[in-house]
Amino acid sequence: MDTVADQTERLGKLEGMGCSRKRREDPRFIQGKGNYVDDIKMPGMLFGVMVRSPYAHARIKKIDTSKAKAHPGVYAVLTAEDLKPLKLHWMPTLAGDVQAVLADEKVSFQNQEVAFVVAEDRYVAADAAELVEVEYEPLPVVIDPFKALAPDAPVIRDDLQGKDTGSHGARKHHNHIFNWEVGDRDKTERVFADAEVTVKQDMLYPRVHPCPLETCGCVASFDKIRGDLTVYITSQAPHVVRTVVGLLSTIPESKIRIISPDIGGGFGNKVGVYPGYVAAIVASIVLGRPVKWIESRQENLTTTAFARDYHMTGELAADKDGRIKALRVKVIADHGAFDACADPTKYPAGLFHVCTGSYDIPNAFVSVDGVYTNKFPGGVAYRCSFRVTEAVYLVERMIDTLALKLGIDRAEIRKRNFIRKDQFPYATPLGLEYDSGDYAPALDKVLAAMDYQGLLAEQAKKRADPDSPTLMGIGICTFTEIVGAGPSKNCDILGIGMFDSCEIRVHPDGSAIARMGTITQGQGHQTTYAQIIATETGIPASMIHTEEGDTATAPYGLGTYGSRSTPVAGAAVANASRKIREKARQIAAHLLEVAPDDLEFDLDQFRVKGVPGKAKSMKEIAWAAYNNVPPGMEHGLEAVDYYDPPNFTFPFGAYMCVLDIDRHTGETQVRRFYALDDCGTRINPMIIEGQIHGGLTEGFAVAMGQQMPYDDEGNVMGSTLMDYFVPTSMETPKWETDFTVTPSPHHPIGAKGVAESPHVGSIPCFTSAVVDAFSHLGVTHMNMPHSSYRVWQQCQALGIAN
Amino acid sequence: MSQTVKVTFKLNDRPVEVLVEPRELLIHTLREKLAHTGPHIGCETSHCGACTVDMNGASLKSCTILTVQCEGADILTIEGIAKNGELHALQEGFMQEHGLQCGFCTPGMITRAYRLLQEIPDPTEEEIRYWMAGNLCRCTGYQNIVKSIQYAARKLRGEPVETSHPLMGEKAAQSEMAG
Repeated sequence: MDTVADQTERLGKLEGMGCSRKRREDPRFIQGKGNYVDDIKMPGMLFGVMVRSPYAHARIKKIDTSKAKAHPGVYAVLTAEDLKPLKLHWMPTLAGDVQAVLADEKVSFQNQEVAFVVAEDRYVAADAAELVEVEYEPLPVVIDPFKALAPDAPVIRDDLQGKDTGSHGARKHHNHIFNWEVGDRDKTERVFADAEVTVKQDMLYPRVHPCPLETCGCVASFDKIRGDLTVYITSQAPHVVRTVVGLLSTIPESKIRIISPDIGGGFGNKVGVYPGYVAAIVASIVLGRPVKWIESRQENLTTTAFARDYHMTGELAADKDGRIKALRVKVIADHGAFDACADPTKYPAGLFHVCTGSYDIPNAFVSVDGVYTNKFPGGVAYRCSFRVTEAVYLVERMIDTLALKLGIDRAEIRKRNFIRKDQFPYATPLGLEYDSGDYAPALDKVLAAMDYQGLLAEQAKKRADPDSPTLMGIGICTFTEIVGAGPSKNCDILGIGMFDSCEIRVHPDGSAIARMGTITQGQGHQTTYAQIIATETGIPASMIHTEEGDTATAPYGLGTYGSRSTPVAGAAVANASRKIREKARQIAAHLLEVAPDDLEFDLDQFRVKGVPGKAKSMKEIAWAAYNNVPPGMEHGLEAVDYYDPPNFTFPFGAYMCVLDIDRHTGETQVRRFYALDDCGTRINPMIIEGQIHGGLTEGFAVAMGQQMPYDDEGNVMGSTLMDYFVPTSMETPKWETDFTVTPSPHHPIGAKGVAESPHVGSIPCFTSAVVDAFSHLGVTHMNMPHSSYRVWQQCQALGIAN
Repeated sequence: MSQTVKVTFKLNDRPVEVLVEPRELLIHTLREKLAHTGPHIGCETSHCGACTVDMNGASLKSCTILTVQCEGADILTIEGIAKNGELHALQEGFMQEHGLQCGFCTPGMITRAYRLLQEIPDPTEEEIRYWMAGNLCRCTGYQNIVKSIQYAARKLRGEPVETSHPLMGEKAAQSEMAG
C-alpha cells in the first residue's frame, strides 16, 4: 500500500487539476450531435425574420404591413405600434441606456430592427419581410464621433432630448453619453509640466466584431395555459437574460426558464439582450406558439454587438533614462446609436483603467467620453475583459513610442519600468490592486527563446542593405490583464453583484453532479470544473457530471465572459468542493470512530494520521452520507457556494513576434510568434494551450485585417465574410507557447483565467512588429488593421515600394 | 411557392425521398426535413464551411446548392462518418489532439478532412492547411486541427497512434452520449 505506483494510479484515476484531461464535450460534437439553438425544433414552431432599415438615420413616415400579413403562411407582423401597448417597444440595455426593440418613429443605424415577421417557416418569413413597405425620410448621418460632438451635429437620440444627465452622470451635448475620469488630474499635469521627456500619440482602435461562427438566435416558447416562458438562447449569461426578460415582461422569474444550449462561440457577442430575442418572446406570447429567430451572418456583423471603436490619445512623461513618471489618456469612445455595452454599472469604460499596464507608473489620469453615432450598438469585450484590449494596446504602444524617442531598446525600457515582484500586491495610480506578478523573468525567458540579440543583429544587417526586398519587424508586448469581474463592491450588472456560483451533489454511489452559473462556449467547462472538484473532493473527474446554462436547474450566476469563469465560478467550485470535503471528514471520523482532526485528506480518502491502512474512501463516505451520518447531522452530501471575489485577478504574459514585410506588395509574413502566458495555477494544460492558440488567432485577425468600415451615408462596408476578415488555416501563423506560474494569492486554487490574455497581448505585439519594421524610417505608429494594402500604402508613402 | 418537387438521393447510405420547393437549399433540407443537424449554418454565403458535406466524392458547401440539384446523389454528412458504432480516425484525432472547442465548425471540418484523406492519404502540413482553408474556425487557430488530421492520416495508414481519450478504441461513444 501507499507505494509510489499506487499513488500514481490513484492520481491518474482522479484526473484532477494539472493534467491534460481530454474533453468531455467532444464526443457529441465530433459526431454532429451537438445541440445548438438552431438545432432545436418544437411542435408548432414558427420562424421570425426582421425587417431592417436600409438607412442609417431616417424618420419613419409610414409602415404598411397589410401585404405581408395577407401573405399565405404569415402569422403576425409586429411593429413598434404593436409593442407600445405592452410597453415593450423599448428595452433597457446592460449599460443603463434604452434601445428600441422595433424602431419607434425613427431609425438611428443601418439595419436597425423595424418590423418582425412571423411565419410558418424561414422561407415564407423571408418572403413576407420583403412585402413590408416602410416609407423613410432620410436624415443627415454622422458616423464620426468627433463630428457627432459638433454643436450643430444631427440629433441621434430624439428620445433623450432635453436630458442633460444619463445613467453615468452629466451629458454635455445631445450626442454625448458620459464622461468618465479616473486618476489624479492635477498631479499628473504637474508631472508632465516638469518632465524631462514627453511623448504623445493618437491612435484608433478600429470598430471590429467578435464574429463567432454561430450567429445569435433563440427559440421562445410561451405556454399560455401554464403561463410559463421558456427561451432557448445563444447567451453567455442566461441568468442575466432571465432577469432582463422578467423586468421587461413582468412575468415572475420563477415562470421564466432560459436555457443556453451548446453555443457556437461567443467572444462577447452573446452577452447582451438583442431586439430579436424580445421580438421572438413577444411573438410567442401573442401567438401561443414557439417562435424561432436566427440571425443571418450579415445581421450578426451589422447589428449585434461590435467591439472597440476607441479613439485614443496617450501621453507619457518620463526621465531621460526612460523611467515613466506619468501617463495621461484621453479617449473618445464611439458607442453607436444606443449605449449597449455590457460593462459593470460603475465602469462605463469598463476596466480601461488597467492602462498603466505592467509598469510602475506613479501618476496617471484618464478621461473617456462616450458618444452616440449612427452606427450599430455594442462596445462589448471581444475576447477580453471589459475594454482591457484597448487599455493594453494603448500602454504598449506608448512605451514603444517612448523607447523610440529615447533610443532605448524596447525590451530594456520595459524592464526599467516593470512592477517588481516584491511590490505585489501593487496599488496602481488608477485605483486597482494587482494581485501577483513576476514580469521580468517572463520577458527574459522569451528573449532567450527567441534569441532576441540574434534577431536584432539580423535586422540591423537587413536595414543596412538597400536592396533587401523585405523589411523585418520585431514586436514585443509585456501585458497585464485584468479578469474575473468581479468584486460585488465594485461590479454589478443591473444591480446584481458579479459573483458566481456552484452547487454540487454527491450521490450515494459516489458520483456527483455539479451545476454552475456560467456557460461554456468552447472553453471546456465540463472537463475542467470536474478536475477542480476531483482534486478538492477526491471524486474521480469521470464520475462528475457538470451542467450549466439552464436557469431552472443552475444556481444564479453572471455568466461566462471577461475570463470570469475560472476566477469566479472556478473559485465557487473549489469552495463548494471544500464544503463537501469538510462534511465528508465529519462522516469519515464518525465511521472510523476518531476525531475529525485526527484525519488527513489523501487524494480520494480520509485516513487516520499515523495509522496505516485505517481510512475511508470518498466512495464509502458518500454511501454513508445517505445511511450512517453522525448524530445531529443532516443526511446527504451536497454544497452550494456563491463566490464574491475579493479582487480581480491579473494574468500576464510576454509575447514576441517576428515578421517580414514585402516592401513592394505590403504582404506580411509572420515568421515566429512566441507567447508566454502566466495564468496562475494551471488546471488543464491542453485546454490552456488551445485557448491560447485561439486567442492569438483572433488577435492576429484584429491586428492584421479586421475592421468594420462605414461610408459617409452610414452604410456598413464589412457586412459579410467576403469583406470581414476571418483568418483561414492558410494565413494563420504557427504559434509557440510557453508559461510561467505565479498563482493568485486570493483565489482558492490560485488560478487567474487565460482565454483572453492571448487576444489582449498579441494585438499590440503585432502592431509593435509592423511599426518596428518601419521605425528606422521614422515611423512611430501605424493604425490597425495592418492589411497588405494599408502596409503597402505605408511603403508607398515612404517611397520604398518600387 | 407552393409547388414542390420530389427529390430522391442517398444520405449516409440510406435512400431518402423529400418534397421540396425548387428554391430550397440542401442545408435546410438536411437540417429541417431530414433531422440531420450535424452540418451547421455559419454564413449562407459559402465562406465558412460549417455546412460542408460530401456529395458524389467531392466536398460541397450545402448552403450553396439547391436540393433539387441533388437528385440521385450520394451524400455523406458527419452523421455517417462513424461506421458500425466505431468512430472514424478523424473523429478520434479531433478528440485526441484537441482539434475543437465550441464544436460548431467541427462537423464541416471533419467532413472536409475526410475528403482530403480520401484524395491524399499522406498530406503535408501545407497541403492540410490548403485543403482546409474553406472551413473557418474561430476557436482553435487551426494548429490542433492540423494535428488532428495528421493523427487520422497516421492511423488510417496503419501507423501507431496514441489514444488516450477513454472513449476511443471502445464502442463507448454512444453510451457517453446517452449519459
